[in-house]
Amino acid sequence: MPMAADDIRALIVAGIPDARVEITDLAGDGDHYSARVVSKSFSGLSRVKQHQAVYAALGGRMGGVLHALQLTTAAE
Amino acid sequence: MTDAAQARIAELVQRSDVLLFMKGSPLFPQCGFSSRAVAILQHLGVEFDSVDVLQDQEVRQGIKAFSDWPTIPQLYVKGEFVGGSDIMMEMYESGELSQLLAEQGATPAA
Repeated sequence: MPMAADDIRALIVAGIPDARVEITDLAGDGDHYSARVVSKSFSGLSRVKQHQAVYAALGGRMGGVLHALQLTTAAE
Repeated sequence: MTDAAQARIAELVQRSDVLLFMKGSPLFPQCGFSSRAVAILQHLGVEFDSVDVLQDQEVRQGIKAFSDWPTIPQLYVKGEFVGGSDIMMEMYESGELSQLLAEQGATPAA
């Protein structure tokens, strides 16, 4: 089952409370998204660690129900 | 992940300077993200090896735990995990990826 953009955003913000999250539904099908996540907590972390923090917030859904989420992250 | 799988993956990432875990082969990628990763490496003109995880269930499951990364493709340079296709694209666009490959002595593609 695809996930709604608001559900993705809610999970990310639950895991990373100060995160600013922009989600784009790339194909208009509720299944292919891009997300840009900006958080102070990313400061000093490598890109890999920043992405891992987002994936942790998504709680194992990435690569499962969420198969196509293009992700970019940045420190505030 | 079994210890055997972990040991195999550790050996794979040490054996190649530039290694892409992907779905399909560079000639016939089976997923848009893998295709994008291949295109980046080919555009940078570096020699790389690839592992088709669709042909190897042990590696397909094991690599996710090994890298603590939930998706394929995954790029390794000199045994270090660099990232998935989004990070590759970001580093490609900023010039960091070609810099990293040059610093690590990646071989230009023939």
